[in-house]
Amino acid sequence: MTLDLSLTRDLLTALLPELMLTGWALVLLVVVAWRHRTGGDLRVAGGIALAAFATTAAVVWWLWWNSAAAQGYAPMIAVDDFRFISDWLFLGTGALTVLLSMRYLEREALLAPEYYVLLLFSVLGMMLMGGGSDLMVVFLGLELMSVSVYVLAGINRKSPKAAEAALKYFLLGAFASAFLLYGIALVYGATGTTNLALIGAQVTSLHLEHGTLLLIGLALLLVGFAFKVAAVPFHMWAPDVYDGAPTPVTGFMATAVKAAAFAALFRVLGQAFATTVAWHQIVSALAVATMVGGNLVALAQRSLKRMLAYSSIAHAGYVLVAVAAGNASGSAAFLFYLVAYTLTTLAAFALLAVKGRGGESDVLIDDLSGLATERPWLAFALAVCMLSLLGFPGTAGFMGKWYILVAAAQSAQWWLAALLVLTSVVSAGYYLPVIMVMYMRPAPSAAAHADVRLGRLAGAAVTLAVVGLLFFGIRPNRLLDLSAAGAESLRTPTAAAVAPPGN
Amino acid sequence: MLLGPALAVSAVLFTIGVAGVLIRRNAIVIFMCVELMLNAVNLTFVALAQRLGVSGQIFVFFVMAVAAAEAAVGLAIILAIYRHRETVDLGKINLLKG
Amino acid sequence: MTTTIFWAFAAIAVGSALLCVTRRSPIASALWLVLTLFALAALFVILDAQFIAVLQVLVYAGAIMVLFLFVIMLLNLGRAGPSDRKGALAWAVAGALGAGLLVPLAGLARAAPPAAIQLPEGTMAALQQQQGLVGAVARPLFETYLVPFEITSLLLLAAIVGAVVLAKRKL
Repeated sequence: MTLDLSLTRDLLTALLPELMLTGWALVLLVVVAWRHRTGGDLRVAGGIALAAFATTAAVVWWLWWNSAAAQGYAPMIAVDDFRFISDWLFLGTGALTVLLSMRYLEREALLAPEYYVLLLFSVLGMMLMGGGSDLMVVFLGLELMSVSVYVLAGINRKSPKAAEAALKYFLLGAFASAFLLYGIALVYGATGTTNLALIGAQVTSLHLEHGTLLLIGLALLLVGFAFKVAAVPFHMWAPDVYDGAPTPVTGFMATAVKAAAFAALFRVLGQAFATTVAWHQIVSALAVATMVGGNLVALAQRSLKRMLAYSSIAHAGYVLVAVAAGNASGSAAFLFYLVAYTLTTLAAFALLAVKGRGGESDVLIDDLSGLATERPWLAFALAVCMLSLLGFPGTAGFMGKWYILVAAAQSAQWWLAALLVLTSVVSAGYYLPVIMVMYMRPAPSAAAHADVRLGRLAGAAVTLAVVGLLFFGIRPNRLLDLSAAGAESLRTPTAAAVAPPGN
Repeated sequence: MLLGPALAVSAVLFTIGVAGVLIRRNAIVIFMCVELMLNAVNLTFVALAQRLGVSGQIFVFFVMAVAAAEAAVGLAIILAIYRHRETVDLGKINLLKG
Repeated sequence: MTTTIFWAFAAIAVGSALLCVTRRSPIASALWLVLTLFALAALFVILDAQFIAVLQVLVYAGAIMVLFLFVIMLLNLGRAGPSDRKGALAWAVAGALGAGLLVPLAGLARAAPPAAIQLPEGTMAALQQQQGLVGAVARPLFETYLVPFEITSLLLLAAIVGAVVLAKRKL
């Protein structure tokens, strides 16, 4: 199915997933306008959100099945495998977040079903980030996502910590957006266009690789994205925000939001700046700082939530290695790792949400002692997550790291490869104690874990994630082929590499 | 005409905004500094539009929409924190360790 | 002549921006920012963006800054807090980072888009003559940029929902 995006009908077809999700969001908005008082209303809203994610994923599948592609270059929205795969990742993460939130919201008496509306809007923003073929669409998608997530972080209006997290997230997020926007402005100045494919074409045809405007613009873009993915030294907001936000939202922020920022970064670098070599070194430097910084600080954490926050920073460093590799295997490893990381981290935060009753109460790592005898399945699931984060063979986390390592080696980035291995060894210093505490220490009292119970829906979500982790850890080929295809779709040169119309 | 000067002025304004974010503690003032940064970018867009076509002016339109959306949510968040802490001073809001 | 006016308004914009950043009272900061926005609107006119200049005054100075002032007065924050500005260390850091930022950005003064893609002088004015000040912006906005335009509508909707959820006293 070849779509000519200048025709309204074909444009609407290309935008069908986004339109579907928008429609559902509006329906949900109307529903919660008059049903927002009881726990039952919350469940209705959650059910609608699940239906929205499921149908949108089906529409994306339909486009993918018909191998939809754009004719010539895609003006605003790309129609390629990379978009479809990243859409699935965002929609799947959104759906899992709904499952995890249902019981949590009721337990914490957060009777605001608008939560789900905002969740839908933020996933919509992510889809535009991963699929936008124009810097302006990427930017607006990013803002749509960010604005929704600022509110989600502060949705618990009774909690001062949540309000503080929302405030910090908002101020730093707006600050970062301004850098990103300045970068877009300068890149537009250098090339006369904001379309990613056309920027790439202009850079080659006008030999702009060393142009002042382009390079400063690229640097500012990288600063903006580095804030959004919480790369060291632009990470200082992340631990506080992750700590203060409601745990399911934290899981969502640490996975989907980060994945969306990475997807946009990857698309921008891959399509617009493929021939500009300047960013490779910057991204490598960010990767080194992020791997080292994130892992070292994580070692010192006693609180499980903060430990996971720093661990998610460290993992951003590993993903940056895949980005810096800049070759075909790096691209394939990139999407694979995002999926593995998302499943693992989401499950870990889900388990944390169960243990941390009262939402705010800090769960120290020592609080988990004896969990294995009291709640063997929960402990097993958490242990699998920790092993996958560590990169233990047999889990998806291992395969992901392995592919990144191969990619880094292939592009002769030996330093990055060595640091990746080294910091992964260091990370055992904070992942393994969690498992040891659960399995080797007795529970402090018989009732210590009495109220730790996973709801049916959250249980299903965690089971799904853990089974996925183990499955992809043993049989990664299908997923790897898919992500290779997705990454490859970014590299196909656009036929219509023409100068933009000077309207 | 005046492209270079306009880009220079906008760079200066952007830098002033960045410095303001770094030296202030009042959340509202920090947010105003961010608005200043966005406006500096708008000046860049408008100056470039003169040379590159009207698209640049349209981006300013989008930036205004973004600024409006951020202002609505940001000020709501600031109201929310004021209800808890009776202050919007980031130096005094420190439940979460850095 | 135009150059003189340009530099005059540029000086006002930079000067009031500096005051906005350094005044202790939030109200004073907000009002200096309004002045910056007005000066920028004047610069937009000089740069052939009359419609955007009107929007700048209406939307930025007229709506967004009023929202700021409204919140400042609602929370009674007009008086400067004692610790509103950070200490000497923060100023040093801000100065260093600001200089670090300004040095590369200074290169922009001499930068220009590649000659191959520049439109001839006066194209913009001719376009506005032909299609009208609003029409010149509106046409591409609703044709080429229709998709991002629709996204802004969703963005504003999400912002409204979010602001209500956070700020309403009782849901």
